[in-house]
Amino acid sequence: MSEKPPSPKELLQIRHDPAGPDWMDTKPVFRPGTWCYGAVPKHAEYLGLPNPRKWQATDEDWGLPPDWRERILEGLNDRLKRFRSLFVFMDICVRCGACADKCHYFLGSGDPKNMPVLRAELMRSVYRRHHTLGGKLFGRAAGARDLDLDVLKEWFYYFYQCTECRRCSVFCPYGIDTAEITMMARELLNLVGININWIVEPASNCFRTGNHLGVLPHTFKDNVEFAASDLEDNTGVHVDVPINRKGAEILFVVPSADYFADPHYYTFLGYLALFHEIGLDYTFSSFASEGGNFGLFHSNEMMKRLNHKIYAEARRLGVRWILGGECGHMWRVAHQYMATMNGPADFLEVPRSPLTGTVFENARSTKMVHICEFTADLIHHGKLKLDPRRNDHLRVTFHDSCNPARAMGLLEEPRHILRAVCNHFYEMPENTIREQTFCCGSGSGLGTDENMEMRLRGGFPRANAVRHVHEKHGVNRLACICAIDKATLTPLMEYWVPEVNVGGVHELVANALVLKDEKEDRDSDLRGEKWLHMKDDEETGRKPSQDLMEGMDHA
Amino acid sequence: MKILVSLVLVVAAVFLALVLAGTGLRPLFGVALPYLAFATFLIGLAWRVVRWARSPVPFRIPTTCGQQKSLAFLPHSRLDNPFTGRQAFGRMVLEVLFFRSLFRNTTATLTRDGRLVYGSEKWLWAAGLAFHWSLLVIVLRHLRFFLEPVPGFVEVLQDVDGFFQVWVPVLYLTDLVIVAAMTFLFLRRVLLPQVRYISLANDYFPLFLLLGIALTGVLMRYFFKTDLAAVKDVALGLVTFRPTAPEAAGSLFYTHLFLVCVLLAYFPFSKLVHVAGVFLSPTRNLANNNRAERHVNPWNPEVKTHSYQEYEEEFHDLMKNAGYPLERE
Repeated sequence: MSEKPPSPKELLQIRHDPAGPDWMDTKPVFRPGTWCYGAVPKHAEYLGLPNPRKWQATDEDWGLPPDWRERILEGLNDRLKRFRSLFVFMDICVRCGACADKCHYFLGSGDPKNMPVLRAELMRSVYRRHHTLGGKLFGRAAGARDLDLDVLKEWFYYFYQCTECRRCSVFCPYGIDTAEITMMARELLNLVGININWIVEPASNCFRTGNHLGVLPHTFKDNVEFAASDLEDNTGVHVDVPINRKGAEILFVVPSADYFADPHYYTFLGYLALFHEIGLDYTFSSFASEGGNFGLFHSNEMMKRLNHKIYAEARRLGVRWILGGECGHMWRVAHQYMATMNGPADFLEVPRSPLTGTVFENARSTKMVHICEFTADLIHHGKLKLDPRRNDHLRVTFHDSCNPARAMGLLEEPRHILRAVCNHFYEMPENTIREQTFCCGSGSGLGTDENMEMRLRGGFPRANAVRHVHEKHGVNRLACICAIDKATLTPLMEYWVPEVNVGGVHELVANALVLKDEKEDRDSDLRGEKWLHMKDDEETGRKPSQDLMEGMDHA
Repeated sequence: MKILVSLVLVVAAVFLALVLAGTGLRPLFGVALPYLAFATFLIGLAWRVVRWARSPVPFRIPTTCGQQKSLAFLPHSRLDNPFTGRQAFGRMVLEVLFFRSLFRNTTATLTRDGRLVYGSEKWLWAAGLAFHWSLLVIVLRHLRFFLEPVPGFVEVLQDVDGFFQVWVPVLYLTDLVIVAAMTFLFLRRVLLPQVRYISLANDYFPLFLLLGIALTGVLMRYFFKTDLAAVKDVALGLVTFRPTAPEAAGSLFYTHLFLVCVLLAYFPFSKLVHVAGVFLSPTRNLANNNRAERHVNPWNPEVKTHSYQEYEEEFHDLMKNAGYPLERE
């Protein structure tokens, strides 16, 4: 981090009633902590991106090509013809202001240009100048302005202060989706080489090694085997984890952080335990070792390039269908883009749970099922022996990740699971969950440390709701189904609500899962924290097995 | 400044019409401008819709606002997360007729002790709905000037609208409501700092224009006697292409008509095209059945990809040493 972020009290010195000069007369200040570093040339070069060079937003000269203005205006023209969403959204906003206080960045920063309507106006004003009669005739009086260097810098600042979470579009009477506008703006900026390293480097890694973190195949195998031995230490269960195994029924795809980062790792252990317990015929792929897709935050072409390997590996390995792990934006891609871009997946079969026989009709074309859909179905059919008391040391709340909530509607599946595996599950206030959920503040490639102040600001509305249930119900675990959440809610909680830690849903599943061949003295959760009811038993001298039976009845 | 400019423009339009309608230029206001404005409205709006529609919808991107259709035992939210075209149609009906999304509106406040609290905020929804529905009823009521005989439903609408039977002539509820709603929307725009900050002249101008139209209408109906027969002659003349501009209709009427003409001509070039655009919004008008039915992108681009073979080639030795099964030994 470049600088220590301000204290929570200092951070909240914000007002939500903008005043002062007209927004067209103000310029962004590139303050440390509020913007992301430019892409390192070698990564941009590897991907063949335009204008690779060393640059930072604070540089006097941004090293732009001489015809940058024409390139962007042509790019805008081209995208208006290719995306009806952009064209319609440029024209129909009435500036009713319903979206204004729905953005986590506006709520956390008070910067008026973080109101979704104004963020969109940054582009709309340029659109009007070139594409509307009023803008051509009356200029600024009609809300139009020229695209100059200041406007370009403003675009960079604010379109990288939008996490594409789509919360504003829930409230917009016309469904105007700022995520869509931000995605277009980032595509345009990329045309002249304006982009950030936190997106370009993972994209370049992903293109080459199959995953954002650049984990090479032998390391992938090491990590997976290490996880298996950790699981064995904890539960006494030995699992063999198949990688690149041809002829498996299912290809399992996860975000790479799951086998690399903490606390994702415990969710990864959770998958391994679950699949072992039910005897699932599956395989990982060392090349499709990333379900996440930072191309989504770059351009539709980059998204397609990075997503290509998923179907390609499914075909090469000869699986029947694909199961996807806990990840937010990966699921936006899998649900809304994958089959359109790289389908049709007619070489795969309609997904069918080998344990319950449930046919996932909702995935009959794309052939990819969310692990929460899969597990909720297992639980509904009583296929898992669960002892929810094994999560009694945790008081859990659930954070809906933006993309599964607002680009899928995957709301009840994780809740169905949580209610079965925990005895203490509490919802945050209704304005902050489900389709109205607040972003972690670090999505869409903005989760980098040099951007920490903005991340803490943007995550404030989420943290505020967590603090509420922490104070009211003693919540100490924030469960979520997104790798970016797990990575970024952790420092967010440390800053705003340090009593609460973060973890995945399938970590809690595995905690509660009574494994057939588990060791008799299994007495702690995947993180090694002792189970409460076992502590009690030690004090009362009861046998653990008695409790186990009761626990199963309870489940 | 933006407010002042918009207001001055509308007031100038009023005076222009008031003065000139009493001169030999009356046929301009009664005949030429209405035809011109109506043609601009129709052609302009059609042109806008055609231009939008010519751009494809490459990706199926509904914003989902409820539980998806997945497992049979989980209740599917059909209207907030439609799975079929019919359900998406239902969602659009709720959106267009009842402003479903705006109904969700909340207001966030940061308290002094650093907490965000949310309150329900239905005023914008209520005023917006009141304005649009009143406008629709008023436009339909006006059909009595353009059609002879007056259709039954127009008479029924008039009776319902004048249900309270107060004032002479009978007070229409919608007249009251539309002026109140627009006043609220204007005050909201001026008084709420967030909305004032984002407002453009393009936001004030149509508001003043509509208010001007409503007020001149109200003045004609309730305060200054207007020769309704002459008004009907003008309206019928326009639709039967035997236009006439009798002096008896009065300057106030021609002013009212002129403001309507300005609105019609302005419409296709303004934010008012949201009326048509809302139907084309891809986050609302599509079913969220992405994984069940493949959506086709007509310009799906060819892109440079990286194959497993290239990957295996680059990491061949590492993979071999790690004991991976390989395509090429």
